[in-house]
Amino acid sequence: MEAVHDHGHDHAHHPTGLMRWVTTTNHKDIGTMYLWFSFAMLLTGGLLAMGIRLELLQPGMQYWKPEFFNQLTTMHGLIMVFGAIMPAFVGFANWQVPMMIGAPDMAFARMNNFSFWLLPPAALLLVVSFFVPGGATGAGWTLYAPLSVQQGMGMDMAIFAVHIMGASSIMGSINIITTILNMRAPGMTLMKMPLFVWTWLITAYLLIAVMPVLAGAVTMLLTDRHFDTHFFNAAGGGDPVLYQHVFWFFGHPEVYIMILPAFGIVSQVIPAFARKPLFGYSSMVYATASIAILSFIVWAHHMFTVGMPAAGQLFFMYATMLIAVPTGVKVFNWIATMWKGSMTFETPMLFSVGFLFVFTMGGFTGLILAITPVDIQLQDTYYVVAHFHYVLVAGSLFAIFAGIYFWLPKWTGHMYDETLGKVHFWLSIIFFNLTFFVMHFLGLAGMPRRIPDYAQQFADFNLIASLGAFGFGLTQLLFLYVVVKCIKGGEKAPAKPWEGADSLEWTLPSPAPYHSFETPPIVK
Amino acid sequence: MASTMKTWIPAVAAAVWAGSAAATLNLQEPTTTIAAQIYSLHTYILVVCAVIFVLVFGAMFYSILKHRKSVGHKAAHFHENTTVEIVWTVVPFLILLGMAAPATKTILAMKDTSNADITIKAVGYQWKWGYEYVRGEGDLAGVSDGIKFYSNLSTTMDEIYDKTGTVKKGDNYLLDVDNPLVVPVGKKVRILTTANDVIHAFWVPSFGVKQDAIPGFIRDTWFTAEKTGEFRGQCAELCGKEHGFMPIVVKVVTVDEFKTWAAKQAKDTGAPAAETAAAPAAEAAPAAEKVAAAGGAADGKKVYEATCVACHSTGVAGAPKVGEKAVWAPRLAQGKDALYEHAIKGKGIMPPKGGNPALPDADVKAAVDHMVALSK
Repeated sequence: MEAVHDHGHDHAHHPTGLMRWVTTTNHKDIGTMYLWFSFAMLLTGGLLAMGIRLELLQPGMQYWKPEFFNQLTTMHGLIMVFGAIMPAFVGFANWQVPMMIGAPDMAFARMNNFSFWLLPPAALLLVVSFFVPGGATGAGWTLYAPLSVQQGMGMDMAIFAVHIMGASSIMGSINIITTILNMRAPGMTLMKMPLFVWTWLITAYLLIAVMPVLAGAVTMLLTDRHFDTHFFNAAGGGDPVLYQHVFWFFGHPEVYIMILPAFGIVSQVIPAFARKPLFGYSSMVYATASIAILSFIVWAHHMFTVGMPAAGQLFFMYATMLIAVPTGVKVFNWIATMWKGSMTFETPMLFSVGFLFVFTMGGFTGLILAITPVDIQLQDTYYVVAHFHYVLVAGSLFAIFAGIYFWLPKWTGHMYDETLGKVHFWLSIIFFNLTFFVMHFLGLAGMPRRIPDYAQQFADFNLIASLGAFGFGLTQLLFLYVVVKCIKGGEKAPAKPWEGADSLEWTLPSPAPYHSFETPPIVK
Repeated sequence: MASTMKTWIPAVAAAVWAGSAAATLNLQEPTTTIAAQIYSLHTYILVVCAVIFVLVFGAMFYSILKHRKSVGHKAAHFHENTTVEIVWTVVPFLILLGMAAPATKTILAMKDTSNADITIKAVGYQWKWGYEYVRGEGDLAGVSDGIKFYSNLSTTMDEIYDKTGTVKKGDNYLLDVDNPLVVPVGKKVRILTTANDVIHAFWVPSFGVKQDAIPGFIRDTWFTAEKTGEFRGQCAELCGKEHGFMPIVVKVVTVDEFKTWAAKQAKDTGAPAAETAAAPAAEAAPAAEKVAAAGGAADGKKVYEATCVACHSTGVAGAPKVGEKAVWAPRLAQGKDALYEHAIKGKGIMPPKGGNPALPDADVKAAVDHMVALSK
């Protein structure tokens, strides 16, 4: 605490220009860098998605070779998961956690800097791998062995990138947990924390638990590839399915790592615009914790077709179905928060309501996929592609947009352009559904995922999906324009621009001071 | 209220059903009882979800319309109610129980691969399927045992890579093969799956069958097709560059037609067991692994296409590409015996015998000869 306090007085001497960003230990600077990094990755991953949808615009191979198509789908997944969605939430944590708990900064300021600066090299490894001999890995973002053992050196670059990003996530999580547990303002008990802080506390524990598991999985891949181990090679006594178990033991909690902070953001936004406190705060906390715990015992529902015993299929089906209960509780609580409120619909609220509506559709398809016999029919089809984009784009990404619009006035000191924000929302939700809703039909009718060309009965829906995707991609350039415009100027933002907002960050002036709370506020 | 509910639910369900038959909006028409169970399970859960969705979001949109500041609604201040929290925890749980029961029944039925009338092994290769009729029971005993063949995509490259729009794509574009899997109608067919290189998945949607084919492991699944016809599916697990180009076609025929087909197959290809015995390298390969050597043990081209092609046609992991003379020249300089040895014992990333340990040495040598001939 002493060190942080001393540092608090020399902010006049911090470097300027590029060195400010390289050497910064300030949670706001680092949060900003995380957010810009993740936006750059969103555009990169989005460009790859455009490449995918271009080839799938009509039947036949028009633009790419099949192996390059596989590289596009693989890198789209890796970049969006590890480069766009996860770092964006860490960016939010950096900006918001200290301000929301009444702290001056994060607990480990230098480690914070290091966790961010690990990311650009990792992203570079991923992007550059397209240009090495053999190209990027085309084994799918899940990197299943033995296909991933066959790949060229692009695969090794992806493995190292995953290692580095994992290290970054673990450091980030240690920092967030320590900050939350040790640096809350006097009077702020755990059960008085804003829900966003709660969801991040739980997410951080999930990250620490599972990132090492992923590191283990890809390390085994690496040694199988180069050092003659046979973890996943049946001829050497290994088992290819072992990889899937290890990967999904990471992979399923990872799904919640990407959605719990989104739940947190929405739980801040909805009460603010309903002008009514969050309904069922404590049940929201317990529901979040239940989802996190359940996430460790459902992983094999990604593997119903590998051929596990009936008892295994039954256990993983029942456990997966159970997740619908706490998730349902959350949705009901959000709607009860809106009920009899006094709602207005500025852009953050629009994105939150959009989130609620569309994410729940993804939740229902998740329940349908939990039913093992139905999953066996739909596994590895476009139905699954539709499902996880409903929860990851309409879920996580829409919540990220909601959060950005919600806190931009606090971060920049300016109000964003409300009209353009609303246009961004409506274009996003229309193009999103145009792209992904039809994919349910494709999957039901039998179109496998990860194929560069398809039978002609799938042509109409693929055309619609591609046009929707191009629209969705272009719409995000409008988002960039709105954000840049807001940073450069605009109507001066008051300390509390949203009538119903009540957490601590709104007691600070806008833009928030460099060191959020130099003296801790008292929470009653 | 109750009576109107009773009439409109079946009406909506019927409309959904009819609409789905016209456009491809739903699961494919089931051909087996398992697929039919999956179909109705899906419909049941979808309808339950749709009803909940309409109720919950009906409430939300009502609230959005009525409880907004612009119509002058003042915010209430309630934020807790233990009773409703318990209700909306317990009620969903009960609904889930109602879903789990029929699903459990179907899972147990899907898992029961016992008492099959005929057992067929499906082997996934990069990038085609190999089928081997292992054993028939009852009136199918001995009828098709030992028949084996490969099943390749029969859509032409011209159809796929046509950029001008002048080449007409066939009716079953990407879903047609040279040799379909032929099975008798009304008989329980047990499919054993495995793979030669990476994980593939054997999937025929209208049978409700999807089973990963895992190298080094045997998994099984089953179906009883209830009508004759051709049923199409695809590999469902990403398996490399031609993943989208290894379809599955199952031709379901009457038992008599099946017997005729099997007899013709046995005559055309010769008795497979006798053929292997006559092969020059009389190493007794395990019966289950003979697929790779089918069609003449010392036919280097076939062995190459079954085993070596995955890496040596693409240059994966630094493998010398067949036909690239410059890459091959220094290797050829070492002499053919060195090449034989590397191919049999493995070298660097290259696994012994290209990862197919069941291959007789003579086959590997034949494949090396074939590759060398193309690369000199």
